[in-house]
Amino acid sequence: MYEVVSEISRWAIPLFILIVPVVAAARGVKVFEAFVEGAEQGFALAIKLIPYLVAMLVAISVFRQSGAMEVMGQFLGPGLARLGFPVEVLPHAILRPLSGGAALGVAAELMKTHGPDSFIGHLVSTMQGASDTTFYVLAVYFGSVGIRRYRYAIVSGLLADFVTLVASVVVVGKVYGTGP
Amino acid sequence: MVNYVWLALILCGAVVAGLRGQVEVVTKAALDGAQLGVKTALSLIGIISFWLGIMRLAEAAGLVRVLARLVRPLTAWLFPDVPRNHPAIGAIVMNLSANMLGLGNAATPMGLVAMRELQKLNPTPDLASPAMCTFLALNTSCLTLVPSTVVGLRAIYGSQDPTAVVGTTICATACGMLSAVVADRILRRVYGHR
Repeated sequence: MYEVVSEISRWAIPLFILIVPVVAAARGVKVFEAFVEGAEQGFALAIKLIPYLVAMLVAISVFRQSGAMEVMGQFLGPGLARLGFPVEVLPHAILRPLSGGAALGVAAELMKTHGPDSFIGHLVSTMQGASDTTFYVLAVYFGSVGIRRYRYAIVSGLLADFVTLVASVVVVGKVYGTGP
Repeated sequence: MVNYVWLALILCGAVVAGLRGQVEVVTKAALDGAQLGVKTALSLIGIISFWLGIMRLAEAAGLVRVLARLVRPLTAWLFPDVPRNHPAIGAIVMNLSANMLGLGNAATPMGLVAMRELQKLNPTPDLASPAMCTFLALNTSCLTLVPSTVVGLRAIYGSQDPTAVVGTTICATACGMLSAVVADRILRRVYGHR
């Protein structure tokens, strides 16, 4: 099953890049001109993202490098351990919505220490794959159209991240058992 | 909301650094973050330009509209305030499909096209519209069928079965996506009355 889906994903982009211009040409679109017309906006759009990304990444970077995360871990750790959540994985859970690269680094570290086929290895793999870098996505997507007031987007995004986290712990615990 | 989160991140960071007697970390971290923000934006120029070109072709060929028509029953329920067959719907569907297949590079530019189209329908240009919130709730919690990075990482660290986590990942994201849709519906009601 996985092989089928990953084969589809390997073919999706090349086929898309092939089919779109061919269909456009068949419909009488001047393909080169239309492509350039679209691509022209790329530069301005990327530049427009800068202030939003800087604001978000400055806050995340200060939070991470100051050691605030370790302090948070010390506070939350004991309570979470009682609920069956391994404390080792907490930094990953906190970092995942903030920074994709940093979370991936933590995941790699945990897999190296505990082994990818341990409970922690399975759990951190699931957590890494199952959720997204919510803050980065919000900054980029809203930034691209100049939206500064996010309404309730952060609440629903973080709530979904939290549910995904709980679901990961429950599902991985059921499938692979909680013992390391 | 974003104001509080932003302030909390900086405040916690600065206070902890101060208590640990290493305030200078704050300066360095802030500048690192700023640097990374610019680098990230600049590194997106090529990818975004390319995909905006392809998306313009897809729009001109009418493909985006065709796609929007195919998924109308579902999107009419999720995005009640977006007109039928609007190009925004086609771009949203493309973005979510690319996300599901783990094609992050292609997903972002398609998502930005979707945001641009949704912004055209937005009566308040600096405040997110409900449709945008629904789209981003779906996007950040999107079902992942191919967690290729993780599978690769597991293989590197000598896993006996690197793809074993695909099933658990799909289960967990499905729960997340479902809760995002439900939360978005409820929050839309709550905020709608303000």
